[in-house]
Amino acid sequence: MSQPETAKLAPGLKPHLKEPSENLSLALKATLKRDLVLMLRRRGEVLNPLVFFALVITLFPIGISPDPNLLATIAPGLLWVAALLAALLSLDSLFRSDYDDGSLEQLLLAPQPLPALALAKVAVHWLLTGLPLALMAPVLGIMLALPGGSYLVLAISLALGSAILSLIGAIGAALTVGLARGGVLLSLLVLPLYIPVLIFGAGAVQAAIAGDPVTAHLAILGALLAVALMLAPWAIAASLRISING
Amino acid sequence: MWSFIHKLGSPKWFYRISAKLQPWFWVAAAGLIVVGTVWGLLFAPADYQQGNSFRIIYVHVPAAFLAQSIFVSMAVAGLVFMVWKIKVADMAAAVMAPLGAAMTFVSLFSGAVWGVPTWGTWWMWDARLTSMLILLFLYLGVIALRGAFTSRDSASRAASVLAMVGVINIPIIKYSVDWWYTLHQPATFTITSRPAMPMDMWLPLLMMVLGFYSFFIALTLMRTRNEILRRESNKRWVRELVEEAK
Repeated sequence: MSQPETAKLAPGLKPHLKEPSENLSLALKATLKRDLVLMLRRRGEVLNPLVFFALVITLFPIGISPDPNLLATIAPGLLWVAALLAALLSLDSLFRSDYDDGSLEQLLLAPQPLPALALAKVAVHWLLTGLPLALMAPVLGIMLALPGGSYLVLAISLALGSAILSLIGAIGAALTVGLARGGVLLSLLVLPLYIPVLIFGAGAVQAAIAGDPVTAHLAILGALLAVALMLAPWAIAASLRISING
Repeated sequence: MWSFIHKLGSPKWFYRISAKLQPWFWVAAAGLIVVGTVWGLLFAPADYQQGNSFRIIYVHVPAAFLAQSIFVSMAVAGLVFMVWKIKVADMAAAVMAPLGAAMTFVSLFSGAVWGVPTWGTWWMWDARLTSMLILLFLYLGVIALRGAFTSRDSASRAASVLAMVGVINIPIIKYSVDWWYTLHQPATFTITSRPAMPMDMWLPLLMMVLGFYSFFIALTLMRTRNEILRRESNKRWVRELVEEAK
């Protein structure tokens, strides 16, 4: 309340800074752009989870059976578990390079709220990991003889679900970024929290195969995403501060 | 009220007051557990369906109660530590975690032993079993994260954040696992539809539950006192205490 009044009291002074909201949107755009550019320059890191996804899916017919009927029944679960593991694999790099070169500290020192900036980083991570995985899954579904009619649901459930995976995973990544060997610990922390997403994601695909309505599953995934969007940024920000100070 | 909480937050004061409280809880725990065990194992009537094997309930149910309550207490202690920076809360959270993991394991193990005579198998992917298993992983994650940091302050704050994230997720996990179970398997066995217990079975169970809670409180007080001595070993009052003991 007092701020606009003091501004009125000194009409001759021009504000040096723009409005806080405009400042924030500038910072968000800059973070998004910077992360996108950095990730696209390291194509390997973008491609690795996708290659991993395809490789794991290749292993299952070899390990279990090439019988299309058997594969079709387990395909929804296989695709979801493999995509989840691929997303997990990419988490460690989410804050790692920023931590190593010190730009994470600059992010913490920025006047803009850290949860918002962390959310921008997570958004880029989802855009370059979760979304490609979701787009790739139907192709691998063909290879697993996934019954028709479930391909669109598979892609949608993975696109929604992987956003939740990125948000929850970022908490784990932020907690372990300061540790020298955070990788294994990260999966121990994050995998139990992934279980609800797996249940509803794979459940949606199975419902689509059975011909049942899928809206309930997708709605719950959407609800989980809404809750994660609301709460996870704060946890990520708190975890980043812990990791930087320690 | 507030000064009482702040007093309780001082390790020295907590050390003194817990010394007075501790014996009462030990006596209550020993009395309730001994009477409950003898009553439950020797005098309670055998179940008309399960015979004597139902007596595992006297370990299984109290352990399962504790497993869940300890996680919640740990998260509450973590919240108190994060918000008011009360060190004793973190010490309590640190000593609770292994006990909680042990209780989760006891309830899983006793459940498996109970499963053999009733279901004919050691393990079933029942909703309750699965959510207890996930709870065990959550405990292991918190313990592992606390152990991974070299700085004690970072370890405390990281474990607090993870415990809070976990406690928000526990209801979601429990609900989603229930959904998953009902989707996939017909209900071959439900604990809730068992006939209500006669008083002779129920009273010893109540005593065991209360006894286990007293045991948990007594052990937490004792181990928190040890933790206080360990962490505050360079404080003058601890040195004086040690001098007196010599």
